[in-house]
Amino acid sequence: MTAMWAAREHHRFEAAGRPFVYLVPSAAIFELDEASDSVLRTLNERPRTREELTEAFGDAEPAIAELARVQAIAEVSVPPPATPKVIPLAPFPLTTMVLNVTNQCNLSCTYCYEYGEDKIVDTENGRQPKFMTEETARQSVDFLLKESGKVAHITFFGGETLLNFPVLRKTIAYARRRAAEEGKDVDFSMTTNATLLKPDIIEFLAENRIGVTISIDGPREVQDKFRVFSNGAGSYDVVAPKIRELLKRHRSRPIGARVTLTSANLDVKRIYRHLTEEIGFWEVGFAPVTTSASRGHAISDDGYDRMLSQFRELAYEFLEASVANRHHGFSNVKETLEELHKGVSKAYPCGAGLGLLGVATGGDVALCHRFAGSDAHKVGSVTTGVDRQAQAAFLEKHHIANKTDCSVCWARPLCSGGCYHEAHTRYGDTGHANLHYCEWIRGWTGVCLQIYGELSVRNPAFLAQFDDQDMKETVS
Amino acid sequence: MIHLKPINRKAVRVEQATDHDVVALQRTALPQNPHFPLGCSLIFSPGWEADRTGGTAGLCQPVERDLFDCHIGCYWPAQVPDQLNHAPDWTAKCAAAQKDWRKIDLIFP
Repeated sequence: MTAMWAAREHHRFEAAGRPFVYLVPSAAIFELDEASDSVLRTLNERPRTREELTEAFGDAEPAIAELARVQAIAEVSVPPPATPKVIPLAPFPLTTMVLNVTNQCNLSCTYCYEYGEDKIVDTENGRQPKFMTEETARQSVDFLLKESGKVAHITFFGGETLLNFPVLRKTIAYARRRAAEEGKDVDFSMTTNATLLKPDIIEFLAENRIGVTISIDGPREVQDKFRVFSNGAGSYDVVAPKIRELLKRHRSRPIGARVTLTSANLDVKRIYRHLTEEIGFWEVGFAPVTTSASRGHAISDDGYDRMLSQFRELAYEFLEASVANRHHGFSNVKETLEELHKGVSKAYPCGAGLGLLGVATGGDVALCHRFAGSDAHKVGSVTTGVDRQAQAAFLEKHHIANKTDCSVCWARPLCSGGCYHEAHTRYGDTGHANLHYCEWIRGWTGVCLQIYGELSVRNPAFLAQFDDQDMKETVS
Repeated sequence: MIHLKPINRKAVRVEQATDHDVVALQRTALPQNPHFPLGCSLIFSPGWEADRTGGTAGLCQPVERDLFDCHIGCYWPAQVPDQLNHAPDWTAKCAAAQKDWRKIDLIFP
């Protein structure tokens, strides 16, 4: 019998009037010509023999050979190679450590995963202290420098990080000194709600080149909907002038805004305009709120559709700016473009539990900052080190090969099932694929592929900027 | 490649990795031009071309008939003496397999 040929997993898309293919799971992106595009599309309808293809397209052999070579197509009888389940070797070098210097906050944002209805750690009466001590912070630094490679990143997080500014300030000095002794480079960043920014703090952040991310949701009526003080008063009028001061003085690192999107707050373009043009942020990143589906602020399927169409419009603005070599601060698209450019194909959705760990106020080490302080997600402590058994069990359980839902999705090289904390909040299981936003992820990945394809034709030099960049974890 | 143009870095690596790929004895859908399987069929290896009697009746059988090359370059579960511990000189008299293969003797534990 003559062998039948079929298409393997892929996502075909068009950009700049040309056909492209994104191959799964290799994450390679090829531009197709007419011959290879015809063969691929025909085989995607149903399997055919080489003779049928030759009959339809003339001499299709060279195109078939090339598509087969990159495994875009294959003989039906040859099973695709099984997903290799390779567990990273321990000890895996630590690149980023998120220090929760406090679990207290002076705001009472109603959607907050740390204090709201979906919280997993009792920060009021729980076992963890409310503030990290100087000693625990120093032990954390020692722990990081012991486990890290040449470069170590420390991110200060909360709670509201600046509630514990004295410890932050001393930890930075200590980490600089210790890193110099070890011959390593250390780099600092922090997230804050901006309410406690003062001239001397701003001066310190600028002088020490601390990367700053501000949690802010947008213009006054948007910000004040959820980001409120405990008496219900909005925080916009408090933070806006302080952020302007910060942006004016702190020029040594680009400062980004981090926006939480909710069902009541999906006007992405308007928020972006306000934060860049009126406030002056260099970059704005958006993330949908993490919450269980029953909450009023949870984003529904319709909401995800609306969000996607707004993201798409903003992404095309980013494209036109990039073609003209102008800066555009929509950071979501830039991060995805970088991953597409490198051809990342992930076994795990993020570095949590691997290259990134979160430290709770008491010194417990968790998968990431979102789980810091939770006994169920503890993988060690800064004094006793990483519990290698717990880490191995975590990596074994959360590998993409275990997520059967994802095994047929073309977006899995980038998504890999999505955020563990989101899954925990939605499904009570960190290993569950985040099925509620699959359509959104595929839609957004599709948009970014189009932008990537356009840039590869219209301004390939723009993409070359990602060549030498190390991937960095974003913390949100 | 003429019909596909690698765009991202992974595509460049896929192209490089599949350029003159090494294909051994596995069945593969990739067109090969021509396909040279690696292993004992390319070189003279007693145990495949000829059995210990110089004939072909005992080729590729288990126990003592899988000789010489099987334990070095082949996946076959070779039944050969333990050259590291018990029979370090097993192939000492076999300078060139084509000529000297009859000098490789059987060793019983």
